[in-house]
Amino acid sequence: MTVLIKEHAKPSIQEILEAGKFLVTGEIGPPKGTDIDEMIEHINLLKDKVHAMNITDNQSSVMRYPSLGTAILIKELGGEPNLQVTCRDRNRLAIEADLLFAYTRGIRSVLCLTGDSIPVGDHKEAKAVFDLESVQLLQIIRNMEEGRDSGGNELKGGVKFFKGAIVTPEAIPIEPQMLKFEKKIEAGAQWFQTQAVYDMDNFKRFMEKARKISDKVYICCGLVLLTSPGQIKYMNANVPGVFVPEALAREMEDAPKEERLATGIRIMARQIRQCIDEKLCDGVHIMAIGKESVVPKILEEAGVDITKM
Amino acid sequence: MIITTSKPFEEVLKALEGEDKVFIVGCGSCATTCETGGEEQVAEMKAKLEAEGKTVTGTVVYEEVCHELNTKRKFRENKEAVEAADGFLVMCCGAGTQSVREATEKPVHPACNTVFLGNIQRHGHFVEKCSLCGECVLEDFGAICPVTRCHKGILNGPCGGTDEGKCETSKEKDCGWTLIYNQLEKMGKLDRFRKIYGLKNWQANMKPGRVIFEKKGEGGE
Repeated sequence: MTVLIKEHAKPSIQEILEAGKFLVTGEIGPPKGTDIDEMIEHINLLKDKVHAMNITDNQSSVMRYPSLGTAILIKELGGEPNLQVTCRDRNRLAIEADLLFAYTRGIRSVLCLTGDSIPVGDHKEAKAVFDLESVQLLQIIRNMEEGRDSGGNELKGGVKFFKGAIVTPEAIPIEPQMLKFEKKIEAGAQWFQTQAVYDMDNFKRFMEKARKISDKVYICCGLVLLTSPGQIKYMNANVPGVFVPEALAREMEDAPKEERLATGIRIMARQIRQCIDEKLCDGVHIMAIGKESVVPKILEEAGVDITKM
Repeated sequence: MIITTSKPFEEVLKALEGEDKVFIVGCGSCATTCETGGEEQVAEMKAKLEAEGKTVTGTVVYEEVCHELNTKRKFRENKEAVEAADGFLVMCCGAGTQSVREATEKPVHPACNTVFLGNIQRHGHFVEKCSLCGECVLEDFGAICPVTRCHKGILNGPCGGTDEGKCETSKEKDCGWTLIYNQLEKMGKLDRFRKIYGLKNWQANMKPGRVIFEKKGEGGE
């Protein structure tokens, strides 16, 4: 079978994790439009600083340059993509077809998400698809790996992906989340990235519960860069499953305006260091949301150099 | 109960442009409860149209406008007023409006928007709990529907947008999966939550729906 991209510039996420290394991933948010110069700059900046880059799929239900196209672009530029696939905009046929294509273009890791709801985005009158959801998407991929599509038809050449999923450690209530986490594993999830975590004590409690459910899956802590007191207030009030503790909020409030970004960098660097030093999890996922250019600085402050890990 | 809301009067008036003589149909069932097409609203509409210079040739309000044979019979009973009309204004759901379509060759106009199959919580308060998916899953979820009450119709547990029992789309709306979790827990049936539900069969409510009961007679009369 011809797989168009056979040579991989970088080890895969699976190879890193299975080698017992601490995984460091970043995130690329594609632009709204065809001007991809800045995104290419971000990819070039990150490709040797992190093991792999997530590519968001019409993030927050805002229409953008596609995640699959960006994943291929990352490959072409010599990086390693982690393709995010949501179920909001495509039905089972479209998702399966995309996965066939992704596989032939050397995409090795897929993050399976249900997707945000349409009304939070910028196409509020669009019809939401949700023909599948994250658990079913994981199942579909497993079937495709066994050579069958979701209609039960035989594939002429299947796929093989390192199947990822997400979990929300700060969800209230947490019990249904943990049950769903368990179901995702049963459906085939091999590794997890968490939604944004700020409360490290809560994250520790979450990890204890998660490890009891499975000590086989890899879990990477999701971290979102804090940039201002306003952003913290907004997130605490409006972003479900995200809670910035009082102490961090105060640290940001106390910082002079010109040092806020530096404060956010310092906070995240400290969290990364804590994850590594206390062996809390198997990796971190850094979401700089528009501030990708500071990711090397965060890693430097955290004392993380993936070439030496 | 089919929940309807009234279209703005300006929209109704625009639709009736060029039709001076109008016959109004209201419904004694759902649209009466929704106060969008009962006796009172039909009388109000008549007065408003007359104030705009229209002639209302007749009005009729009866149970189940969606019943096509019934509608044809009502039109025969009101033959004179029906024949005098240039067009028909239907103050009920889309099913009723299309029932009227079957009963006349003249223009037919909807006066309502049809929004959902709803439960009545109290006077004027309606919520959607069933979306007519064609393959009922209530048995598995403690009689709380994930297809409808989860905004994303997820069959396998809450999304990350759930927040203290509320949905990411609105703090006014309950997270269906929190309701299901609580119900199953109360019943000691959380094992049902653990079960992985495969893909839903959307063929079961393929449009347009059609059901024929062979032994129950034709037309229901």
